[in-house]
Amino acid sequence: MTIRRTRRLVAAGALATTAAMLVGCSGGGGNSGGDGSELSIYIDSAESTVAQFEGIIAAYAEANPDVTITTETHPAGGEGDNLVKTRLATGEMNDLFYYNSGSLFQALNPDQTLVDLSDQPWVDKLEEDFVTTVSTDQGIYGAPASASFAGAMVYSKTVYEQLGLEVPTTWSEFMANNEAIKAAGITPIAQTYGDTWTSQLFVLGDFYNVLAQDPDWAEKYTNNEAKYVDEPAIDGFRHQQEAFEAGYFNQDFASATYDDGVRMLAEGTAAHYPMLTGNVAGNIGSNYPDAADAIGVFGIPTDAEGVENGVTVWMPNGMYVPKSTEGAQLDAAMEFLEWLTSPEGCEAIADSVTLGGPFVVEGCELPSDVPAIVSDLQPYFDEGRTGLALEFLSPIKGPALEQITVEVGSGIRSAEDGAALYDEDVEKQAQQLGLEGW
Amino acid sequence: MSVATQALSEPTKPKPGSPQRRGGRRAMKSPYPTWFYLPAGLFYILLFIIPTGASFYFALTRWTLFDIEFIGLDNFAQFFREPALLQGFTNTFIYAFLTSGLKVVIGLLLGVFLTSQILARGYLRSVIFFPVLVSTIGVGVTFEVLLDPFDGLVNQSLAALGITGPGWLTDPAWALFSVAMVDVWKGVGLATLIYIAGIVAIPADYFEAARVDGASSWNNFWHIILPLARPATVTVVILSLIGGLRSFDLIWAMTRGGPGFTSDVIASVIYKQYQAGFYGLSTAGNVVLFLVIAAIVVPLSFWLNRKGTEA
Repeated sequence: MTIRRTRRLVAAGALATTAAMLVGCSGGGGNSGGDGSELSIYIDSAESTVAQFEGIIAAYAEANPDVTITTETHPAGGEGDNLVKTRLATGEMNDLFYYNSGSLFQALNPDQTLVDLSDQPWVDKLEEDFVTTVSTDQGIYGAPASASFAGAMVYSKTVYEQLGLEVPTTWSEFMANNEAIKAAGITPIAQTYGDTWTSQLFVLGDFYNVLAQDPDWAEKYTNNEAKYVDEPAIDGFRHQQEAFEAGYFNQDFASATYDDGVRMLAEGTAAHYPMLTGNVAGNIGSNYPDAADAIGVFGIPTDAEGVENGVTVWMPNGMYVPKSTEGAQLDAAMEFLEWLTSPEGCEAIADSVTLGGPFVVEGCELPSDVPAIVSDLQPYFDEGRTGLALEFLSPIKGPALEQITVEVGSGIRSAEDGAALYDEDVEKQAQQLGLEGW
Repeated sequence: MSVATQALSEPTKPKPGSPQRRGGRRAMKSPYPTWFYLPAGLFYILLFIIPTGASFYFALTRWTLFDIEFIGLDNFAQFFREPALLQGFTNTFIYAFLTSGLKVVIGLLLGVFLTSQILARGYLRSVIFFPVLVSTIGVGVTFEVLLDPFDGLVNQSLAALGITGPGWLTDPAWALFSVAMVDVWKGVGLATLIYIAGIVAIPADYFEAARVDGASSWNNFWHIILPLARPATVTVVILSLIGGLRSFDLIWAMTRGGPGFTSDVIASVIYKQYQAGFYGLSTAGNVVLFLVIAAIVVPLSFWLNRKGTEA
């Protein structure tokens, strides 16, 4: 924590300097003019990202000994976004960079800053869902560098077995389970507002259920016709409020961190944790390998009529090539991307981190020994009960959602107030993006 | 303390033969040529005047790193519609006046204490001043650990005494107050230092006269130290008020405005807007902050200084 926060501030300082002088000078990789024997990739500094790229680099060094790959890290989150945008705008971006797909990708102004990859041979192998999240009307810009994952209710199978509980499909069943869990002296739901981003999953993870009730919701939302303050989208906020009011959260929810949340599940001191499977899988893989079969996942339950709950799916981050990469460097970058989207590339990724869901490239299979948190997702994929998260269907994502959900989940603000506040927050984002009708 | 007294009284009775004095009065001319101002002036213009001026223009636009769109006063309208803003404003004022007030009171008391004849005075002075030297981020992170509601040293110590401490930084009712207390802890050393300088500069004649008249130490404090340390009070008030109004680093390190928005101040609201990519909006926020601070501090400083010269 300490280190990350300090780094963020250092980065903020670095950004200020860069922006002020308008000449990127923060030691970027020399891009154009190289002979293609060295590639530099700009990645975020999250532990799992760094581990993943260490694995990729080692495997690529074997597959292609002529090319050396190095990485440079930036902090994750808002500061990282600014650094990436600044480097792109000043033409100082590394040869390749690893960054979110979906709404954050759209904010990079891809048509003007990135190399179109639609003529690459591997593009046909990509899943359509992924392609839409790294495309604009004018081109396809990203290659997947990881696997998809789900935002859902991660739960402790140990607790469920001990208490003889069934996996719930409706919100009422879920709350009944929580009551039983609480009566047994176990924390029903882990919440970790020490890392504010973790507070958003009640809302974001409920999006499959929103889409199931109104398949056009995302489009209406982008066109300023659907709001979070109305049904069905407000349900996520309401669920969070209900769970708080019922006293189902861990006592230290206000200060606990994401790592605490995973630890509580792995140790069986908490039963549920609405979270992203990709993150939890990585965390289990590196810290709690013994709990791999004790932690499962189910779609966030809903009481909406005629809706069978499902899981909300996140697309992996993409690898992008900035327009400033030219000549031999560009050729080397393209060769690397082709390898990365091949079965060998996927294997290298799967070997370096524990993935939280299926790959989005045809011909890439997960290893057979996936943790329960991934195998539990398979039925949802088989039955088609999966839907993309809103950030991949609409370019609008308000920046203050995590503070708002912290307030709703701490009893500071009601669900209705929180949803209304988020609608206002989103308006600024839509205006900044210059969307029609806002 | 004779040095300080001498320094204070010198301007009132200039030595007639002093060469600097004479040169200064005759020509009103600095011994250095005007272009010596140039390097400093250039930096000031380049790094302060131009960005400040530019920000007034950019506040009227919706800009990204790629393009600019002129939208008139929309940003200001948006900024004042911002729900977090009202709370940010209130919090900023609470924070600024609370920290400033406490620094004056505690700083003055410590100043009086540390100018009296006590044991280990030099040591105590450096202990009081030490927190000023520590990095704000370091202080913030340290106190975040100390104030953890369950594992923190503070609440564990309280628990040992049988008291259940509040969630200092996680309870909305306490968060801002806790940060303000840490700010006072960190900043009071500077206030004390200013007061020590102010108090030792009071000519010893006053105290001698008071002693002859049989004044108590309370009278000494109330009728001599308090009025004559006024310039120090003015400095402390202005410095800590400006610091409090634009405080950001400590709050960001300790709570990031949280939980939710409950300890947000104007500066952290603006920072979050910048981080979210609302560059025009956050520039407008900075312009507002600039004007608000100027509107408070310029008249205040004028008023305090005028009173100071009258007294």
